[in-house]
Amino acid sequence: MTGIYFDNNATTRVDPAVVEAMLPYFTEQFGNPSSMHSFGNKVGLAIKKARMQVQELLGAEHDSEIVFTSCGTESDSTALISALKAQPERKEIITTTVEHPAILTLCTHLEKEGYKVHLLKVDGKGRLDLDEYKKLLTDQVAVVSVMWANNETGTFFPVVEMAELANAAGAMFHTDAVQAVGKVPLNLKDTKIDMLSVSGHKLHAPKGIGVLYLKRGTRFRPLLRGGHQERGRRAGTENTTSIVGLGKAAEMAMEAMAFENSEVKRLRDKLEAGILAKVPRAFVTGNPDNRLPNTCNIAFEFIEGEAILLLLNKFGIAASSGSACTSGSLEPSHVMRAMGIPYTAAHGTVRFSLSRYSTEAEVDRVIAVVPEIIAQLRKLSPYWEGDGPAAEPEKAFAPTYA
Amino acid sequence: MWDYSDKVKEHFFQPRNAGVLEGANGVGDVGSISCGDALRLMLKVEPETDVILDAHFQTFGCGSAIASSSALTEMIKGKTLDEALKVSNQDIADYLDGLPPEKMHCSVMGREALQAAVANYRGEVWSDDHEEGALVCKCFAIDAVLIEDTIRANNLTSVQDVTNYTKAGGGCSSCHEGIEEILVKVMVERGETFKPGAQPKEEAAPAGMTNLQRIRKIEAVLESVRPQLKRDGGDIELVDVDGKTIYVNMTGACAGCQMEALTLQGIQQKLMEELKEFIKIVPTKVSSLTRAMKG
Repeated sequence: MTGIYFDNNATTRVDPAVVEAMLPYFTEQFGNPSSMHSFGNKVGLAIKKARMQVQELLGAEHDSEIVFTSCGTESDSTALISALKAQPERKEIITTTVEHPAILTLCTHLEKEGYKVHLLKVDGKGRLDLDEYKKLLTDQVAVVSVMWANNETGTFFPVVEMAELANAAGAMFHTDAVQAVGKVPLNLKDTKIDMLSVSGHKLHAPKGIGVLYLKRGTRFRPLLRGGHQERGRRAGTENTTSIVGLGKAAEMAMEAMAFENSEVKRLRDKLEAGILAKVPRAFVTGNPDNRLPNTCNIAFEFIEGEAILLLLNKFGIAASSGSACTSGSLEPSHVMRAMGIPYTAAHGTVRFSLSRYSTEAEVDRVIAVVPEIIAQLRKLSPYWEGDGPAAEPEKAFAPTYA
Repeated sequence: MWDYSDKVKEHFFQPRNAGVLEGANGVGDVGSISCGDALRLMLKVEPETDVILDAHFQTFGCGSAIASSSALTEMIKGKTLDEALKVSNQDIADYLDGLPPEKMHCSVMGREALQAAVANYRGEVWSDDHEEGALVCKCFAIDAVLIEDTIRANNLTSVQDVTNYTKAGGGCSSCHEGIEEILVKVMVERGETFKPGAQPKEEAAPAGMTNLQRIRKIEAVLESVRPQLKRDGGDIELVDVDGKTIYVNMTGACAGCQMEALTLQGIQQKLMEELKEFIKIVPTKVSSLTRAMKG
């Protein structure tokens, strides 16, 4: 598959070295790690190794704090539901308006079951108000769930500090860190974070494997009960091949950490500056001073994101958008709306997310192509006239049933 | 990625008649910026003959919105206003070899822009009666507003009712949770509680018409849509009438057409208006339902 893949926050390619590490576990190493014989034992040892590799990446104190799951969403659901079940006297959850649907949809559902959900608002740059947070932290709160880095803008939340505050208030703290793990150095043993979600396919491991980090001593109720796998905390025969793959990917992410934060960041900055220099009426969303090194989210005003993606795709460039049309929903990205980005810009947001496989030549190509595409679509836009937006664009075009 | 037809892609990548039309004398602006789709249709109409000499568009929207706009301008050029107004949203979708269910609203927008532009040319005020909700049933492209209104208007109490009245939930059934949520909400408003096991509404006997009169009326409605179907190389025949259920056979090009469900919906609507009662129209060929489920 050729083409320029700048959609690494959606998913990443599995590293060839990861595939190589996995292959024997499809064939000769097929045993069940729970079995007594040597077929099982070797696989059991491989899982043990993978667990330590992940422990290393997360900076966890014990390898038994790593619980393998099927995906980030399962880790999120397990964490929140466990916190509520383990503390039945506490009926409140604190989270943010800009979480991933893995948290937000679950919280909407929990609300129907009688729990109270507090959604922390963000400002125009996607930042939280910690005073609002402190006020909500009462002895009614069972769990706080705040993402480490936003998947659309890359903006970081101060989760380490927020975990301290939650801990002082006696509430559990969970963070959905699927975008941060592998790109941000972590040292969980020195934090008060009780639970953290990881998704393998965001860091060059395969899809269908995740991790729930569970700090020792955190009260826990499993989502899946059954066999004794994962010390009874996640029953079901292990996805051995993917666990081995995730272990290898974790090891490689450790090695590439400095590269992600220097070279990948440099390419991202070059891409962003290059596009903004050539395209008028475009701006970066989120907080450019405090975000993931690989992510850049640009709002192109007065045009719609799906149309941009289709044209990019024609040039072999893969990215994603916060427009309503890409998801089939009626509203543009909830993250953009939470930051107060107007509809005429929110529908035109495009996220470029790089990886350590991205090259300078790819960045140059995208910088060359994007301005043409934007200009082409603006020619079709009722908000655009010649080289700039129509005078008072909101008035120049105000369709019926807006 | 959406499963767009080649025709949609072609009209998106090479849109016809895009940009401002100098000397336009009929302009229609419709759409919703919050939903991310809006369109300005510009017409140049010859006053003596009412013929559309030229049509251009400007669209803020996705691939299928731009393709629908482009298709519309091609379809109406050279037509008189009255002829052009006969272009339905279904015609636009057909012209593009179909649109995904989530994108059918783009063709509706095209149709409405046309009505608005013609009204503007004639000096009339066009008002929109269109309300759109989130898509609930993907098999039959039924949105939340239609489901909610139908539940409210008919005091519906079960998912089966909703399926009988709107078709929503009659395919793959994965939207049943969503339908139940709407039922819960509307039933709470009227002081009732939703019970999952509730029996579908009793089907009342048709008021004031004998069976024979009713069947004749149904035949008459089918007769009235027949020319349209025949024009597309298809046909419809009445198989049976059982209470509120009318069984039909789609034949010729209609059988297997991906728009069959939508065609049937239109006929069902017409029948309901004529009979002044709620009925459902059911195709008897198994294949049509299986296709819908796969959709």
